[in-house]
Amino acid sequence: MNDIEFEIDGKKVTASKGMTVLETAQKEGIYIPTLCHHEKLEPFGACRVCIVEVESRGATKLVVSCVYPAEKNIIVRTRSPKVDRIRKTIIELLMAHAPDAPQLLEMAAVYGAVPNRYEKDPSFCIHCGLCVRYCAEVAKKHALGFVDRGVHKEISFIPEIAAKECHACKECFPLCPTSYLQAVFVLTEALSFPDSAVKK
Amino acid sequence: MRDIIFTIGGGIPNGKKFKAVQTGGPSGGCIPEDKLDLPVGFDELTRAGSMMGSGGMIAMDEDTCMVDVARYFISFLTDESCGKCVPCREGLRQMHRILTNITKGQGKQGDIELLEELAETAVEASLCALGKSAPNPFLSTLKYFREEYEAHITEKRCPALSCKELISFYIDPEKCKACGTCRKACPASAINGDKKIIHIIDQDKCTKCGTCFEVCPTKFGAVTKLSGVPVPAPIPEDQRTIKKKSKENE
Repeated sequence: MNDIEFEIDGKKVTASKGMTVLETAQKEGIYIPTLCHHEKLEPFGACRVCIVEVESRGATKLVVSCVYPAEKNIIVRTRSPKVDRIRKTIIELLMAHAPDAPQLLEMAAVYGAVPNRYEKDPSFCIHCGLCVRYCAEVAKKHALGFVDRGVHKEISFIPEIAAKECHACKECFPLCPTSYLQAVFVLTEALSFPDSAVKK
Repeated sequence: MRDIIFTIGGGIPNGKKFKAVQTGGPSGGCIPEDKLDLPVGFDELTRAGSMMGSGGMIAMDEDTCMVDVARYFISFLTDESCGKCVPCREGLRQMHRILTNITKGQGKQGDIELLEELAETAVEASLCALGKSAPNPFLSTLKYFREEYEAHITEKRCPALSCKELISFYIDPEKCKACGTCRKACPASAINGDKKIIHIIDQDKCTKCGTCFEVCPTKFGAVTKLSGVPVPAPIPEDQRTIKKKSKENE
């Protein structure tokens, strides 16, 4: 009897202990947009697009549903003017990197995001971290990671590991919401281990 | 706060006017003169749009451009951000860009609204307190010095005469005594003149370093900064020679 009962968009839902708000919503078929979430990976809470409004003991706050644990009697609203506004800004900011990414275009249509609102950036990476985390958590190869921080942060393959592991795996490729990951891999391959690429 | 700045700190040097005090480190905010009688307390500073933060204070005089202050602190914070979440990493990146454009005179209508939107997203949706407080330098300067933002954007004018792209240096021919100090000091050789020939700044060569403004003897005060108005045309050659009479005045 560990069930946690609460409400999402007026619907009574139940979650078991340890579940997040997002997991509960997905189980119940309630849509919350996500970018950095993946069922096989630990919650990351980086893209912030799954932000929702939570009312708890009379107080309303904004939380990120992929890391917020299900709690008894809370009232979750997956959409509100404020939530929609924030999601719209986040999508617009990411479209400055990847204006043609299908996932972003889909969300842009829902939230009325306007592409080209912000000055473009030359990198397609939206820093969802799916590739980095998949490689570490599922493939357990640690062949790529984040380097630098702040606005200079980017993903990078570690040539010594990538040369040995990546050709046989490449499981991270389809995860990338943009085409950036493949580009980085091809570049690393060309610069650091061109011989093994020829052999394959 | 007035006590700390004017009594303990000795006030603003060189007879300049006090403009604002920035408290709490980079993600704190700027507090204008009319709020100076606030006690320095956690709640009081937070209510005024700043914070206690590290407890540091930076007092600024009338020569400081508040848009540039916001740009400076946001620029610091883009490097401090860890880069994990979107509102902070991307929001600050864009805020810094827009603020830089404004200080360069490339601000557009709607920039303030865009900045406000980015600030809201960062405050509400960032992962940690750095992102949540990072827009403070912008929000507090907009709250108390909105007219400076508007002057930059609509009139291409920097009221504090500080943003290099928006100011020009100009030698007032009425005041110039052709002493040659500025001409010798100019690192860009942009000043034309000679003994008894009124000096003129070549605006195309001028790098706006401000050296001439600093070295012009206070008793002359001939070098001025202009912003938002066109630089007057240089005086005709035949009027450039300083006549005996003005020399006697010296």
